[in-house]
Amino acid sequence: MVKKTLIGTIGLGILVLALFLIIAWEPSIDAVEPPGSGQFSQDQIDRGEVLAGLGNCQTCHTTDSGESFAGGLPIPTPFGTIYTTNITPDPKTGIGQWSEEAFARAMREGISRSGAHLYPAFPYTHFTKVTDQDIADLYAFLMTREPVRAQKPANSLGFPFNIRMLQAGWKLLFFDEGRYQADNSKSEDWNRGAYIAEGLGHCSACHSPRNPVGAEDESRAWDGAVVNNWYAPALNASNRSPVDWSTGEAFTYLRTGGSPFHGVAIGSMAEVVHAGLNKAPTEDIQSLAVWMSDLAGANDDAAQPGTQASAVISSAHDRFAPAPSSGQGERLFAYACAACHYNDPSSPNAMRPDMSLNSAVSAPDPVNLIRATLHGVSLEEGISDVMMPGFANALSDQDIASLLGYLRKTHTDQPAWNNLEQAISDQRQQ
Amino acid sequence: MATEFQVNGQAVTLDIEDDTPLLWALRDELDLTGTKFGCGIGMCGACTVLVNGRATRSCITPVESVGNASITTIEGLDPNGEHPLQKAWVQVQTPQCGYCQSGQIMQAAAMLQDFPDPTDEQITSVMSGNLCRCMTYVRIREAIKLAAGEMNGSNTGQASVAGGATNE
Repeated sequence: MVKKTLIGTIGLGILVLALFLIIAWEPSIDAVEPPGSGQFSQDQIDRGEVLAGLGNCQTCHTTDSGESFAGGLPIPTPFGTIYTTNITPDPKTGIGQWSEEAFARAMREGISRSGAHLYPAFPYTHFTKVTDQDIADLYAFLMTREPVRAQKPANSLGFPFNIRMLQAGWKLLFFDEGRYQADNSKSEDWNRGAYIAEGLGHCSACHSPRNPVGAEDESRAWDGAVVNNWYAPALNASNRSPVDWSTGEAFTYLRTGGSPFHGVAIGSMAEVVHAGLNKAPTEDIQSLAVWMSDLAGANDDAAQPGTQASAVISSAHDRFAPAPSSGQGERLFAYACAACHYNDPSSPNAMRPDMSLNSAVSAPDPVNLIRATLHGVSLEEGISDVMMPGFANALSDQDIASLLGYLRKTHTDQPAWNNLEQAISDQRQQ
Repeated sequence: MATEFQVNGQAVTLDIEDDTPLLWALRDELDLTGTKFGCGIGMCGACTVLVNGRATRSCITPVESVGNASITTIEGLDPNGEHPLQKAWVQVQTPQCGYCQSGQIMQAAAMLQDFPDPTDEQITSVMSGNLCRCMTYVRIREAIKLAAGEMNGSNTGQASVAGGATNE
């Protein structure tokens, strides 16, 4: 009896393994000669460039700005470090030998030309929504880049995550292959925005929390998350910015890198705006803004943001009416910050980000505000050509904690951040 | 590493450490000593210059962070030293010892772009970070209003000077 059960169990095990291997095994696709630039029209290449911008391929697939798309950027994950691949058309180290079919399969199914499963750090879970035409245009653009011979460093993933075949199991659980399906109850603009944001743009890759095995948690979609040591804010109605993300605000932010009623894009989002979306035409940014504003549940009355902002700034001003007994945080703000950040309630200026309106001050996680205070905002981040110096060498952890604690208390109606001083100290070590 | 930027309209290339404060680059490398060292931690405003037209504390600004930017110091605010603020400063006889005054003027110049006809509250809020140990604040306020009046081509600035001064 025991023997029978044992044989049965082993047999079942072998069967399951065989089934899994059948599911997990993918054929390789034949190598091709790198297609010459003559194979694509300039129009198609130009469209591909815009698409690469919308997908922000450049940021992850580039380490040295002189060698665009040559890969090698370390992506830290809870499972180990993954290095991005070389997507220049170099035949040896890049994707030069990839046919369009192989490229399309990688984009939409997460399978390398060799048949190996790709890790979802490459957001094929989003790119699966991309149309045939856009895949073809993107292929044309990438295949006409300067080939760079650059072997990426080997991934350092622990067992069992280093077994690529197991990714097939992950895909069974968390991956739905399929093109973008239009929502006919929404406008054409909205659908275009959603197609970009959910597809190539892969916005939720940062703006949604992930589950313990690294898949986006659909039950908390768009709730915001900390990624690569930046807080990517919630894009749904749980966003805590005091002023609505109206279509106009979203457009200004995505187009210029800063908006008067929310602040500026720093860190990864600065790259999205200035090294990606800047390639896109106005219409695409407008569509993204329509979609984003709807997701946030914004009141889209054009006069609304200005009215909301005035009330918010005025109440912040009332709360910090200077007093002889003012605390350290308030004094630091008056001496070091107000020269650039003070605004008249009636006309907040995007070049003077108002702290009572700023997303980083109202966010649940202080990391963005801490990093901006320590390291400043470069000329390339936020609104182009405007900078803020960092205070890392000027202020102690305690100084910054009292400054940020003061801002949180007087400029928002959000609860105090816990362990601020420790969080600042941690960020200095990063 | 070499950093390139513009100072008062002139292209400069400096081969100095990336983290050298812009203030040292201006004073020690370019001999533009009108910009002063005060606290060294961005708290007093004496080192204020314009980076792409915006007021910036140069003591905490590393040169690498202003690559390709356009810097304006007190020496370059006006080719003849006749910016409306500079003329108002002379007319009102604002300075006492003068040490903080170039920072005050640069901060005021930036402020007038954003607040062309500043109220007392706006001046107080924006200029509080520019400290003056001689306590010339009343005359600073008066001179700013005088300059704003001239720049706006009206007498309103002049008219509100008295009000501004009596509030101190």
